[in-house]
Amino acid sequence: MNALAARRRHPAAILFLLLLGLLITGSAYAAFAPKAATAAEATADQITLGKQLFASNCASCHGKNALGTEQGPNLAGVGAASVDFQVGTGRMPMAEPGVQAPRGKAVTFDDEKIAALAAYIASLAPGPAIPDAKYTSGEGGDPGKGGMIFRTNCSMCHNSAGAGGALTRGKYAPSLMGVDGKYIYEAMETGPQSMPVFNDNNISPESKNDVIAYLKAMNETGNPGGMALGSLGPVPEGLFAWVFGLGILVGAAYWLGQKGA
Amino acid sequence: MTTIDNARPADGLRAGDARVTAPPSAGAKKLGGVVGWVDDRLGPAKGVNYLMKKVFPDHWSFMLGEIAMYSMIVCLLTGVFLTFWFVPSAGHTTYDGSYVPLQGVQMSEAYASSLRISFDIKGGLLIRQMHHWAALMFIVALSAHMLRVFFTGAFRKPRELNWVIGCILSMLALIEGFAGYSLPDDLLSGTGLRAAEGFMQSAPVIGSYLAFMVFDGPFPGEAIIPRLFSVHVLLLPAILIGLFTAHIVMVAVQKHTQFPGPGRTNNNVVGFPVMPVYAAKAGGFFFIVFGFLAVVAALVQINAIWVYGPYDPSPVTAGSQPDWYMGFADGALRLLPGWLEFHAFGYTLSLNVAIGALGLIPVMYGAMAAYPFIESWVTGDKREHHLLDRPRNQATRTGLGVAALTFYGVLMFAAANDIMAIKLHMSINDITYFFRAATFVLPVVAFWVTRRICLSLQRADRNLVLHGRETGRIVRTAEGKFFEAHEPLDEYTRWTLVQHDPQEPLQLTTGVDAHGVASPAGGKRNLRARLSRFYFQDNLLPVTPAELAAAHHDGHSTEHLEAIEAAEESYGEETAGITGRP
Amino acid sequence: MSSHQSEHETTVVRLDDGHHIGDGGIPEQFVNPGLPPHVERLSDLSDMGAKRAERQVAGLFGLSILGTLLFLVAYFAVGTHDRSFVPGLGKIATSNLLLGIGLGLGLLGIGLGAVHWAKTLMPDAEVVEERHPMRSSDETRQGFVDVMRGGGESSQLFRRPLIKATLGGALGLFSLPLLVQLVGSLGPLPRKQLSQTMWNGTPAHDGTYEPYANGFPRLMRDPENLPIKASDVTIGSVYHVLPEGLLPDPETGEGGLEHGVLEEKGKAAVLLMRLDPSQFQDTDGGRKAQAWGHEGIVAYSKICTHVGCPVGLYEQTTHHLLCPCHQSTFDVTDDCKVIFGPAKRPLPQLKITVDGEGYLVAAQPFHEAVGPSFWERG
Repeated sequence: MNALAARRRHPAAILFLLLLGLLITGSAYAAFAPKAATAAEATADQITLGKQLFASNCASCHGKNALGTEQGPNLAGVGAASVDFQVGTGRMPMAEPGVQAPRGKAVTFDDEKIAALAAYIASLAPGPAIPDAKYTSGEGGDPGKGGMIFRTNCSMCHNSAGAGGALTRGKYAPSLMGVDGKYIYEAMETGPQSMPVFNDNNISPESKNDVIAYLKAMNETGNPGGMALGSLGPVPEGLFAWVFGLGILVGAAYWLGQKGA
Repeated sequence: MTTIDNARPADGLRAGDARVTAPPSAGAKKLGGVVGWVDDRLGPAKGVNYLMKKVFPDHWSFMLGEIAMYSMIVCLLTGVFLTFWFVPSAGHTTYDGSYVPLQGVQMSEAYASSLRISFDIKGGLLIRQMHHWAALMFIVALSAHMLRVFFTGAFRKPRELNWVIGCILSMLALIEGFAGYSLPDDLLSGTGLRAAEGFMQSAPVIGSYLAFMVFDGPFPGEAIIPRLFSVHVLLLPAILIGLFTAHIVMVAVQKHTQFPGPGRTNNNVVGFPVMPVYAAKAGGFFFIVFGFLAVVAALVQINAIWVYGPYDPSPVTAGSQPDWYMGFADGALRLLPGWLEFHAFGYTLSLNVAIGALGLIPVMYGAMAAYPFIESWVTGDKREHHLLDRPRNQATRTGLGVAALTFYGVLMFAAANDIMAIKLHMSINDITYFFRAATFVLPVVAFWVTRRICLSLQRADRNLVLHGRETGRIVRTAEGKFFEAHEPLDEYTRWTLVQHDPQEPLQLTTGVDAHGVASPAGGKRNLRARLSRFYFQDNLLPVTPAELAAAHHDGHSTEHLEAIEAAEESYGEETAGITGRP
Repeated sequence: MSSHQSEHETTVVRLDDGHHIGDGGIPEQFVNPGLPPHVERLSDLSDMGAKRAERQVAGLFGLSILGTLLFLVAYFAVGTHDRSFVPGLGKIATSNLLLGIGLGLGLLGIGLGAVHWAKTLMPDAEVVEERHPMRSSDETRQGFVDVMRGGGESSQLFRRPLIKATLGGALGLFSLPLLVQLVGSLGPLPRKQLSQTMWNGTPAHDGTYEPYANGFPRLMRDPENLPIKASDVTIGSVYHVLPEGLLPDPETGEGGLEHGVLEEKGKAAVLLMRLDPSQFQDTDGGRKAQAWGHEGIVAYSKICTHVGCPVGLYEQTTHHLLCPCHQSTFDVTDDCKVIFGPAKRPLPQLKITVDGEGYLVAAQPFHEAVGPSFWERG
């Protein structure tokens, strides 16, 4: 038998096989995973596909022609941006009824299907379009200006660090950490659920890009002082002081008072 | 046991003096170096000897005050460092430091200098974080210390004054902390100052004048930052240092209390002397606290002011809370309902704000400071107490303390209602309604539960003394009956369980003398007696040698064990006021 | 209640008979057994134990030295701008971590070493110190009384009531100048400053406002400071607004207030929202809210009437405004009436209209004081 076969019972063989398996699977995924949708014109095919997808996944709550029912609002005029945001972040289709549609743990549809749904909804009535990539990457944006806009318009709901905050009756403003710039833009543009609308006349596309640049710069900064404790402010800090601070120092005091061995 | 003689305390200084039987050594005649130089001029050797021989008892709960003291010293040291770089001015500047997301932004000099300390001074962020963590630990430890003193009755005569000084220290520490974290003029602490201005405005009659006085005009003004700097760096540290020096000098003069135990009496202190043991332990503990604070400051971020941004009255952050120690006041403000504001004759009385913002702290601290005097009036106890109470033996006091703590805790947790809402996925409105009810319901429940638990523990102690420790060995008698062998407690362990004072409530008087004339003080005396009964009723008396002998004499046969248990129950019923025998 | 019967019997006591203080050779109460016997430590018993303790203490002190060295090296070698990713901590400043760990170990080593030394090698036999009563002896007390009374008599204080009276008066009054200066000069009188804002006029130095000559100011976006067209405010939008003239021109940087920017912002900040007109409630408040708005666009003061935090959270679907500080909730469809939380008064509304070019402009100033309540508010 050859050298490889002779070593098939080697302890490292399992490890090697696992790594090989991971490598193959990973490369295959990278090769075949759908590419990000470009802001291209909607084709008639897309709209047809979108209509089909809508009928089977969304119409039960949003009505046959997206005109709305008691469970879901009228979608005419919400624009492709809304669909891209809601479906792209996994909020829609809503997994279970509740006061708020939370960000999905997994996204139900791939990019092609999302684009189709967006094209269909956009075809019903004019509404906000999917933004141009040059305004959603944060490149060329001024984080200083973005920060001022963020603190005036956003931090009262989403918290200074973008860690999220409470609204009334169980609703909440979600965390912005790690969220793609495109979704930040679309959320501002369309005002999902409780969030108000910050249209392009209120916060211009350049300003929106500044905000995205600010969020990216905050992410870059990290947490220089150490563990951020969720970036929720004095409450976790006080909890830490009582539980770990007092706990460890009382432990030291107890050790100090015990008789030596 | 030594008798108490009428010698002056200072006579004790001579107690250790040895009779000079041999000529003093060359070393004793001429103390070396610096020490000798100082002694030649001031003669401190006697005083130092006295202090070095002082005995301190060893219990971990006595170190809580030390944690507070050492944290305060760390605050003082790191604070001095910070004053070298902090600029206490509200003057406007444009940021041009190294933190990119704030470049070009308008801000105050105070905020810009705080950013510089955090990002551009080597070790600056570490010192800032150590300072803030030490401030939190200071108040955490002093609160825990206060609870320990309360629950063990260490505030009783002769230590009432020290307790009052401690209450003042605690209140001043809150203000010092608030002033301190407001200095960097960031969005979060500035929002707190805005709320503080609102509190002042709500003061009846003088509100708007008070607010304009403190802020030198409309909010925010340019004066509040430099004024807070004076208060935080000059005024309050001076008062705090003065008061806490008085606090520890009194502990040294009165000697520290100790827990009851074998060999410990009300007239001695058992422990270790300062030289060398306590110098090493207490000195070492200072380094432990200091080092721990440095490690925490290295690993855990606190008060990330760069994230909040500079203060501006227009923006605000979700999750706006003060530092934890002001949480109870913030919680009170969230819970007080709006209908408590009244408008009449063109005037507005904002009780919804004033009760929580202006009334709560003085009332709470006043009640706390007055407690030793109230308790001594109620119990009629005028003796000196140097032995601590085991909390279970003072069921009512412990219950009252837990009820007060529960009330405080409900208010404090109410301040975090929005954090709870997002972390626990609940409605913030429901949480607020719950806390409103809990403010009144939970303390009562806590009092009752704590008191019952203390009484149960007292009963358990009695049983332990009478029946001894359960050994887990099952013994079978010749008749075929089984029982568990109990080992009687040794005299040392037993002593701790039986040493406490059986306290009697004051007797009720009829309030009327032999001729039917009502006594003027009768009503008050009766109130006192009723309160005294509230304090002491249901307290179990410690086991006496006679009862123990009775328990032993009857042997370990099962019939008698059952009889003993039945007798215990009826004894318990009697003390609860129900008569009747099984 | 327990009874205290003094039984002069030597019979054994029954436990169901109440609390007894027995007699006949059994003491009334237990006696303090004294200090328990001393237990030696390993380092007392064996030389090897002592040497091991010594090594441990020395090791801890050595750790302190290493920590200090780490601090010194890190101080010079690591810059403040270096960042590292540490699992469990995240992206942290390397300098902060190393300086802190170095300093911490430097201190902890000493502390732990000293305490371990005390526990293992220093004498641990308990020592007893006697207490004396705190009160001074009667002789000392008498001496105190004698000294003080002697002082009072020899100074003739008791004999001279005029001195006593005027001394009392002078001492009682001398601190007044200090108090009066402090209280009197700390800050200006509020006058009308709490009741007027920059929507009334241009701020003057003394806190008054000079009424606008050419109409009320436009509503400008905060922080960009650009005017707002009514048609830009779509349903569900929220705009943060400041009066024209507060902030400088965004292009040129000229104009704007020279001082008092934050003070004016703190009173003049306004929130602008657009609702569908059918959303307003059919109450007096709802009707007035619509009337003072413009085609469903309404403007309200952003300063909470509780204690003054900015009420920024607008829930588009419920039309509620939430203040993040203490959760006061205001219903925009009913003239910002308080529907939850500790505030009492609704947010004051700013009456708006559009000017010739379609930009939103104030129609009149606030009709009541904005912000937290105060006694003379009315």
